[in-house]
Amino acid sequence: MNVADLDQLWVYLSGNPLLSLLATLVVFALAVWINRALGGTALLHPVTLSIAMLIGLLLLVDMEYATYFEGAQFIHFLLGPATVALAIPLYDHRERVRRLLGPLLIACLVGIVTAVVTTLGVALAMGAQPATLLSLAPRSVTSPIAMGIAEQIGGIPSLAAGLVLLTGSIGCALAPWVFRLLRVSDPAVQGFALGLSAHGFGTAQAFARIGAVAGAFSGLAMGLTGLLTAFLLPLLTRLFGLS
Amino acid sequence: MPLIMGMSILLACQFLGELLARGLTLPIPGPVIGMVILLAGLMIRGKVPDSLRLTGEGLLRYLTLLFVPAGVGLMVHFRLIGMDVWAILVTLVVSTALTLVATVWVLDRLNRRRGRGRA
Repeated sequence: MNVADLDQLWVYLSGNPLLSLLATLVVFALAVWINRALGGTALLHPVTLSIAMLIGLLLLVDMEYATYFEGAQFIHFLLGPATVALAIPLYDHRERVRRLLGPLLIACLVGIVTAVVTTLGVALAMGAQPATLLSLAPRSVTSPIAMGIAEQIGGIPSLAAGLVLLTGSIGCALAPWVFRLLRVSDPAVQGFALGLSAHGFGTAQAFARIGAVAGAFSGLAMGLTGLLTAFLLPLLTRLFGLS
Repeated sequence: MPLIMGMSILLACQFLGELLARGLTLPIPGPVIGMVILLAGLMIRGKVPDSLRLTGEGLLRYLTLLFVPAGVGLMVHFRLIGMDVWAILVTLVVSTALTLVATVWVLDRLNRRRGRGRA
């Protein structure tokens, strides 16, 4: 039996999309398992964990991101249809939305303007680079939308995606503290605030920690925020003279 | 077949969205417009087709996984992040806290006022 050289085998495998696709799925499954073993803490989200492990792995085997992405793009591509699919939870909760439309819209607008203005304001004051600034701007929107927006306004999509993920875990960690401080116990309000400020992470957290009502309102806030931010952000960045 | 039907609906909406975004040079990502198109379609039809629900909810259940490939792209930006690491961290924490406070405060007040008006 002939056995191929190990380094030749590696040359073949590392040039094949199969390896990075498989690595992404296996690492994600492992990250979910680790997170569960640690009691589902919001501080060590499976996504953050997967990204850290995959970056470590790529550095270890000395693989370029572009090579990795050739395989991983098949997963990445699904973000588009997943964004479209956000219309389904929005449609499911249309009655509740219609009833609360006024307050929700006002709260959503206030939240978005606060998010964008404080982000740009603080980052400008701290002297961040322009590319960082424009990638930070859409940070409270769910990733697929944020990446599209970042691309539109001149930020870096992959940097924006990473910052969105960081925002999500920070939002989930801060939220219980804010709710206690403001003495808010209404699950609808809690869920909406979580979905607005921490998008998908917040929605998962709302479902898991507060309940179904909070989860529904969180999903709604996530969709609404994504939609409104996509319209508002190009205008707001122009206001700051950034694009 | 339901997966194929559902996926076709989602991709068709995204395609229309991309077409509109590029064609009219709108500052909105194509998939977002696709989401609005799908929402309008569902409103008109009055229900979510089973095939669409199966595919859509399946995708949304694993939404977090879909962020991973782009997130790994952070490694390309280590230099930029290194330059701005404090700006980024302070901005994220301060701004996220303020966003939470503002949203909760406004929604809670509006909600309470509405509740009183009805009572």
